[in-house]
Amino acid sequence: MLLFRYLIYEPLELLGRYGQLLFSAFLTLGDVRSYWKNMIHQMVSIGVDSLPIIALAAGFSGMVTTVQTAYQLTSPLIPKYIIGGIVVPTMILELAAVVTGFILAGRVGARIAAEIGTMRVTEQIDALESMGLNSTGYLIVPRILAGILMFPCLYLVAAFVGIGGGAGVGHLMGVISVSEFMEGARLFFNPFDPVFGVIKSVVFGFTITSISCFVGYRTVGGAEGVGRSTTQAAVYSCVFLLVADLVLAITLL
Amino acid sequence: MIQIKNIYKQFSGRVVLDGVSLDVHEGETLAIIGRSGSGKSVLMKHMIGLLSPDAGQVYVDGTDINAISYAELRKIRRNFGVLFQGGALFDSMNSFDNVAFPLRTFTHKTESEIALEVQTCLAMVELPDVGPKVPAELSGGMRKRVALARAIALRPKYILYDEPTSGLDPETSNTIDVLIKGLSDRLTVTSIVVTHDMHSVLSIADRAAFIHDGRIHWVGTIKELHRSQDETLRGFVKANEYYIGDSER
Ligand SMILES: Nc1ncnc2c1ncn2[C@@H]1O[C@H](COP(=O)(O)OP(=O)(O)OP(=O)(O)O)[C@@H](O)[C@H]1O
Ligand SMILES: [Mg+2]
Repeated sequence: MLLFRYLIYEPLELLGRYGQLLFSAFLTLGDVRSYWKNMIHQMVSIGVDSLPIIALAAGFSGMVTTVQTAYQLTSPLIPKYIIGGIVVPTMILELAAVVTGFILAGRVGARIAAEIGTMRVTEQIDALESMGLNSTGYLIVPRILAGILMFPCLYLVAAFVGIGGGAGVGHLMGVISVSEFMEGARLFFNPFDPVFGVIKSVVFGFTITSISCFVGYRTVGGAEGVGRSTTQAAVYSCVFLLVADLVLAITLL
Repeated sequence: MIQIKNIYKQFSGRVVLDGVSLDVHEGETLAIIGRSGSGKSVLMKHMIGLLSPDAGQVYVDGTDINAISYAELRKIRRNFGVLFQGGALFDSMNSFDNVAFPLRTFTHKTESEIALEVQTCLAMVELPDVGPKVPAELSGGMRKRVALARAIALRPKYILYDEPTSGLDPETSNTIDVLIKGLSDRLTVTSIVVTHDMHSVLSIADRAAFIHDGRIHWVGTIKELHRSQDETLRGFVKANEYYIGDSER
């Protein structure tokens, strides 16, 4: 009975509430005037402010992948350009999106949950509602839209920086020249790969921002509750990001 | 007119409102008094549909606010100004923008008209110069007054005050009491003041409703309050160090 409650009933109820919240938020989607300013603000804080850390993380993962691939390919029979042929698709298909996603789950997810959670416990959400505003539309729609719009941009940056980092480090270490690296990349390039990456980043953007909004919106219990929501948002975002990653890979590849 | 008809509300098994009925008349100032945790804020939130009762109805100007769509409810809510317990100012905006927020959202006024209106509201709460300050830079009392300015910006028909004077020094409390009284006289609004400060009640309210054990234990005019022989009510009032009796103040 308890098992039923924890494994089936409560998750289903949460899912229902999550759907309800999103539904009520997106009813206001047409009312652009009410949220566009907020959306620009959120796009800056999600997108622009996250650029340096994303570039750093993507650059390093590109470099590490190159070094490790080179380390594993010791046989003289395998041409070196294969390194480029492995690193580039890996970046485009998986690493750029996932690294971006993980960093933003921590950075953006936690911030969204803290902001909205604080507004909940200090009755600012009640204040919005009491004025006759749809608080979900006002708070949630701009954040989710900003996430959906900015994640693909960050993904593209991450992919480019990651590939650049990989090519650069291979060249500097004398393992593989940049032109050989690119040769390999061209040989193994599949035009669907970047499309898949962009789709993935849109889904990640939605997953992270919507979950964090949901968690923040349900905050109870003062400052402590806000702390709890912040951690929860980051953790749930990461977990569901991985789930979404697998589901997308199975269905689209 | 707000009519509350026999409402029940519980939170995870804990009954907070256990059959509350209460009428708020047009133009009056009604104080809702009771101990901390007795459900005053919960009752207030039912009046604007921020909470909905497990049973019973809430009528605002004859409309059952729990039987209408969310869009219609939001329209009704625009008749209300609410001062929340902690002020609930938006901390991402400065004081000016906080007060301007409802005007920008719900009217088609130009920025200069809005600026004038905001200035008037801030002057009403005697804080004409705080516009550029963000809530974090204001004291608790100032925050409540700015929140009050925001609550009255749209000239609401009803103003709900949740503990307008709690946690403030006696002098600031007095200023706020005078303000509330002034507003209800000047704007001819219906005011509902949730409080456990008897001093406020005696100086601003026309009537008081005492909530106890999840019910309206006593309701009547301030005059009747002075004469009341109800033990529980007198106990509550006495705990506030106010002596009431036949000798009216
Ligand atoms: N959203 C909620 N979820 C669960 N319990 C709640 C909720 N809101 C209020 N309560 C509970 O209802 C009871 C009454 O709360 P309420 O805030 O109305 O008290 P109050 O009379 O306003 O007290 P105070 O004077 O301290 O503000 C409290 O025990 C509180 O814990
Ligand atoms: Mg209260």
